[in-house]
Amino acid sequence: MIGRLARWLPALALALAAGTVSAQNLTIGLSTPITTLDPHFHNLSPNNAMARHVFETLVRTDEAQRKLPGLAESWKALSDTEWEIKLRKGVKWHDGSEFTADDVIATFKRVPGVPNSPASFAVFVRQITSIDALDKHTLRLKTATAHPLLPSDLSSVLILPKSVAETAKTEDFNSGKAMIGTGPFRFAEYVAGDRVAFTRNDAYWGKKPHWAKVQFKMITSAPARVAALLAGDVQMIENVPTADIPKLKKDARVALSSAVSNRLIYLHMDSGRETNSPFVTTADGKPMEANPLRDPRVRRAISKMIDRDAIASRIMEGQSVPAGQLLAEQFFGTSQKLKAEKYDPAGAKKLLAEAGYPNGFGLTLHAPNNRYINDAAIAQAIAQFLTRNGIQTKLETMPSNVFFSRGSKLEFSFLLAGWGAESGDTSSPLRSLLGTYDRAAGMGAANRGRFSDAGLDALITTALTTIDDTKRGLMLAAASEKAIELMGLVPVHYEVSTWGTRKGLSYRARADQYTLAYDVVPAK
Amino acid sequence: MTVFVLRRLAQTLLVLFVTSVLVFGGLYLVGDPVEILVNPTADQIEKDRARAALGLDKPVLEQYWIFLKGTASGNLGDSFVYARPALEVIFERMPATLELAVLAMLIAIAIGIPLGLYAGLRPNGWGARAIMAGSILGFSLPTFWVGLMLILVFAVTLGWLPSTGRGPTSEFLGMQLSILHWEGLRHALLPAANLALLKLSLITRLTRAQVREQSLLDYIRFARAKGLSRTRVVGVHLLKNILIPLVTVIGLELGSVIAYAIVTETIFAWPGMGKLVIDSIFQLDRPVVVAYLMVVVFMFIVINLVVDILYSVLDPRVRLSEAKG
Repeated sequence: MIGRLARWLPALALALAAGTVSAQNLTIGLSTPITTLDPHFHNLSPNNAMARHVFETLVRTDEAQRKLPGLAESWKALSDTEWEIKLRKGVKWHDGSEFTADDVIATFKRVPGVPNSPASFAVFVRQITSIDALDKHTLRLKTATAHPLLPSDLSSVLILPKSVAETAKTEDFNSGKAMIGTGPFRFAEYVAGDRVAFTRNDAYWGKKPHWAKVQFKMITSAPARVAALLAGDVQMIENVPTADIPKLKKDARVALSSAVSNRLIYLHMDSGRETNSPFVTTADGKPMEANPLRDPRVRRAISKMIDRDAIASRIMEGQSVPAGQLLAEQFFGTSQKLKAEKYDPAGAKKLLAEAGYPNGFGLTLHAPNNRYINDAAIAQAIAQFLTRNGIQTKLETMPSNVFFSRGSKLEFSFLLAGWGAESGDTSSPLRSLLGTYDRAAGMGAANRGRFSDAGLDALITTALTTIDDTKRGLMLAAASEKAIELMGLVPVHYEVSTWGTRKGLSYRARADQYTLAYDVVPAK
Repeated sequence: MTVFVLRRLAQTLLVLFVTSVLVFGGLYLVGDPVEILVNPTADQIEKDRARAALGLDKPVLEQYWIFLKGTASGNLGDSFVYARPALEVIFERMPATLELAVLAMLIAIAIGIPLGLYAGLRPNGWGARAIMAGSILGFSLPTFWVGLMLILVFAVTLGWLPSTGRGPTSEFLGMQLSILHWEGLRHALLPAANLALLKLSLITRLTRAQVREQSLLDYIRFARAKGLSRTRVVGVHLLKNILIPLVTVIGLELGSVIAYAIVTETIFAWPGMGKLVIDSIFQLDRPVVVAYLMVVVFMFIVINLVVDILYSVLDPRVRLSEAKG
């Protein structure tokens, strides 16, 4: 019986084996399901990356988030509140019609009013008070106040043809009817929660992609994604789990591509409440009225208690870079002076004593357990470092859907979170994490420690209205230095994003964590 | 019979109402969907805009009242994430889950009943012992691990079957099904096998226990004494009587396979309802989660009803009017 079966096995294997993959086809395994193809409906990284295959922005960003000409050949500030944009000539939509200034104007009209949008793109056009076409390929934009981040905003708005922008509903994009862009790929198929497919746009104005057909599959389970790569069912995966990295490095079938991302993992401390912070206790766990976290020396001590190198090597398998500021130093607006804090238990002890807590105190660290790479494990390590060095720290982790709601209601005293600076410069974390909470000014939106310093606010506000790039960069660097000096937050590390490809391919790994099929190239 | 069905219907409405209150309230307590849905870098103005757009700025009781009013007209609310009616989103994913569940159940029945019969008729042979030991494993190994092992063996090492996703689909009775083609079936084999394992063990053990119990009863002895062939004794008399409890269990298990295929769907990236509901829970997409659970509860109630009716058909001694729903 067994012998007979064995004779049939090769035939069975042949029958089961799939057809060979053409060298022109590419299948990619994504870790997060996309929720829509409408480029202005749900502002989330996976959606934004997907839409960039079909649609394009006026300003493009490269893998290090430097700005490059996209559908706009150039942009310049004529004054503090006026910009002129020259559009690229000779660009064709997928339906063959010509790209002109009218398309841009119609697109900007659509963006703020997409019905029922759970996360809109309105913020990127909010500053624009008027937009006029001087001719078919020249635009004049006006802003209410000086707004140096306009080019950065323009890199977030995907442009639609006028006919689509004026009529299309979100479901028309999901059905493919409205998927008419200028981008390197044409839309082929979308099955919600399962896959998206594109074909090459041979009339593309820029560098034509290597791939004739591209398919994205959504494989949320990390081990399954790695297995799909090893089995050859996909040629690339995103978010390679750190636990598999040592094994994959040795595997002859795959290659890894990685880049330092724009995401910082940091600790926020309750620097707002003067007394009775909810999770601060005495060293033996009794309620304590005073809030030691308001003292910058205590916050500095916490920073010195963390062995960042140990976290990077043991928990992250080298997939993180110890952080000394808000973004890795190759990004815009960072300071060359700020280095990651060294592990210094003696210095921490001294600072605690100076602040009046020679015997330490008690604290609970709250962290999400399904949002950032190894978030729960990092939080556990930090709680242990603190406990070992005199701050008795309990740990409570929870799913992110609970964590962020509670954190925004200020229910925590000490929390771990992450911040991806989508604009690729430090203005974003400075404004949202460290600015004094102010709804009208849009400052401190994610400042869950309610850190507040008038001097820092002034620096941020000035930087946000300085059109000159060089000056603004210096101001943002100064603001970063001041924020770190006061320990408005404790930086832990920058995440490194890693993509896995089959041998013979490589990926131009990006800081914004986007997975883009046209950046997958045969290895040189 | 009519009275019985009517009483069931009234109970169904009550159960659905209680389900909706519990799930609605529970998810409201979990957290604020806006915190998850908006871009993490959004400012306060954008958060408030999203809250108003999704109707989350109203008091919770008013939100529930709006939901109830919608339900009365057959609309369980729009998904926050997809901005489409929640039921539509769920029914779009249903065929994928149904085909996987039915395939898994067929595998479990086709293998489980013969194995159980064999083990029950030859209880002391080594084959029976091996089968029973295997079924213990089938029970106790975690679905997640078995799924990954299946992928590792059949996809990564042997390369016979695809490791992930669903094959191409085609229209059948108004549903998009994939298992009607060879390519679709190849994609469905591993996840279906993974889903079938637990049920297979259950059916095997149940069949064996029933066979052991019934074999000792008088009617089997009489049949044997009458000189009927062994095939007829087992195939007609015995099988007919052990089917009664089996039908009940298979019916209920089919419900649980449909409702709880979540782990398998996640590992095999199978775009079914289970994967949808997990994603929806993480994104606090309340309308989808509430609608999904109401659909599932309704499904269980219908399956129960069908099982009860089948029962009365298979076993003339059972009267539906006496069965207290």
